[in-house]
Amino acid sequence: MKRFIGFIKKEFYHIFRDRRSLFILFGMPIAQIMLFGFAITNEINNVDIAVLDHSKDATTKEIINKISASKYFSINQFIDRESDIETIFKKGKVKAVLNFEEGFSKKLIKDHKATIQIITDATDPNTANTISNYVNAILQQYQKGLNNDITIAYQIVPQTRMVYNPELKSVYMFVPGVMTIILMLVSAMMTSISITREKELGTMEILLVSPIKPIQVIVGKVFPYIFLSIVNAIVIVVLSIFIFKMPVQGSLFLLGLESVLFIITSLALGILISTISATQQTAMMISLMGLMLPVILLSGFIFPISSMPLPLQIISNIIPAKWFIIIIKGIMLKGVGLQYLWKETLILVGMTIFFIGLSVKKYKIRLE
Amino acid sequence: MNNNNVIEAQDLTKMFGDFTAVNAISFEVKKGEIFGFLGANGAGKTTAMKMLIGISKPTAGKAKVAGFDVYKQAEDIKKNIGYMSQKFALYDDLTVKENITFFGGIYGLSRKRIKEKSKLLIKELGLEEVENQLVGSLPLGWKQKLSFSVSLLHDPKIVFLDEPTGGVDPITRRQFWEMIYKAASEGTTVFVTTHYMDEAEYCDRVSIMVNGKIEALDTPKNLKQQFNVANMNDVFLKLARG
Ligand SMILES: Nc1ncnc2c1ncn2[C@@H]1O[C@H](COP(=O)(O)OP(=O)(O)OP(=O)(O)O)[C@@H](O)[C@H]1O
Ligand SMILES: [Mg+2]
Repeated sequence: MKRFIGFIKKEFYHIFRDRRSLFILFGMPIAQIMLFGFAITNEINNVDIAVLDHSKDATTKEIINKISASKYFSINQFIDRESDIETIFKKGKVKAVLNFEEGFSKKLIKDHKATIQIITDATDPNTANTISNYVNAILQQYQKGLNNDITIAYQIVPQTRMVYNPELKSVYMFVPGVMTIILMLVSAMMTSISITREKELGTMEILLVSPIKPIQVIVGKVFPYIFLSIVNAIVIVVLSIFIFKMPVQGSLFLLGLESVLFIITSLALGILISTISATQQTAMMISLMGLMLPVILLSGFIFPISSMPLPLQIISNIIPAKWFIIIIKGIMLKGVGLQYLWKETLILVGMTIFFIGLSVKKYKIRLE
Repeated sequence: MNNNNVIEAQDLTKMFGDFTAVNAISFEVKKGEIFGFLGANGAGKTTAMKMLIGISKPTAGKAKVAGFDVYKQAEDIKKNIGYMSQKFALYDDLTVKENITFFGGIYGLSRKRIKEKSKLLIKELGLEEVENQLVGSLPLGWKQKLSFSVSLLHDPKIVFLDEPTGGVDPITRRQFWEMIYKAASEGTTVFVTTHYMDEAEYCDRVSIMVNGKIEALDTPKNLKQQFNVANMNDVFLKLARG
């Protein structure tokens, strides 16, 4: 155990004294997240909204006043026909249209239920989402005020419709991808480089001649990266929550566990890469070509898997990142638990065991 | 095994594919001896040494190091030997002190022992001024001496040195050999490869390897007599020409 601690201390010296690894470890994740953070702002201020009011009664007036009184929105256009919606969006100034159904007030009194449609321009999906959230909040407040004096609750039902980008392909979709790439990069590339570095320098030989066991060497080398990857994962999640207001719907604990699993998968890949490469250069190239490219191209991070040609769809199944992205999207965006994700989790576990087994075998052969 | 022998090799062979790098070599090394393992580039010195220290499996033959079998007891061998590889192999990005602490640590020395050892060693090598400098910034000669001292940290029975003086100046080489003598006088067996023939004169016995085979093995004095020449360089030239 004492040997092990000494070993880990040494690994941290290597990491903290090497500018390149420091940059990959800390510069890159923060730079990537910041890039997204600045490219997409969430604050909305005096956003132009148009109103299509089919009832023009007291309640709709009140709601319209409430909304235009808030500092987030200014209502400056009233349209009369559904067909105007598209024209008005095309001009680009108006970002959302509120569509009150006919007989809004009457329905609210009679049925205790009336519908308002919030149509947003989702070319900027993040803003669209924020707008609909804010409008919803105002409606909810208004509804609370109504229900204070009445025993049977009134219900205003907001229906959100996003136009132009209904899938909401947005920063929310990118955060899981960025997180996957960074974890993979740090875990697989950094460990494979740091192990091959010892081979290249000849220190690996000295370690193998010492009484320290090969398995201890490997665990000692990957341990710091497990730790640093977890730190990275936390930084990414925290930054995305605070910069992107990214909702994490599901359990943070599960997210953490799944991330650790994926980190271990990547480390196993890193060890495997180090067993087949003699130099740091090779390890880096294999990591970039063999891991990063497939992650970027085939994991569904940028290009939806469903629209790939069939052979690529099949290949995408052997990419661990694909499964991890499904898992974290599920947890972060849909808020689902393990009961929905056990299949993906099992696949990752299986892959991890396979890679560990393979690298242990390869590592042994190398010693002969 | 003769109690006096710390290394025994019999028909030790290593093949890489069809190529025989080490061809059935047999020899013994006695306790406390300085054993020179000579040969030209590519003769198979490093390969033979790697089999003895347990990081390369022999293709055929037998060998015992410190009384342990190289096939089955590599782990026991590792506890009893020190090794300085042909490549300089300390960590350049660690300081002198950190290197000593690290290697002391992986050999299982206690913290107290590491402290004592590192103080003593730094003093002996005259490295007090640079003990907190990165090893990468030191001249090669200093690095080599430090590397040798590190391989002796855990007081091994046998130390294997693979071309320890490669590329350093004659004065440093001289100092290096003084260190080797000192280790030997304290009872450590030294197994050293070199291709500087003048260094062969400092050894108790030398073996000369040509193309994977040991062609001669004796004391420098006997070898010179046998080949009827004045120095080891001529012995070597005669052997190499066949
Ligand atoms: N892993 C390997 N695979 C194939 N051939 C090898 C391997 N290691 C060494 N060889 C070959 O075996 C021969 C002996 O190499 P070795 O390194 O033992 O020589 P050496 O006597 O130490 O030489 P030098 O003085 O250059 O260090 C060389 O021809 C070398 O190319
Ligand atoms: Mg050699």
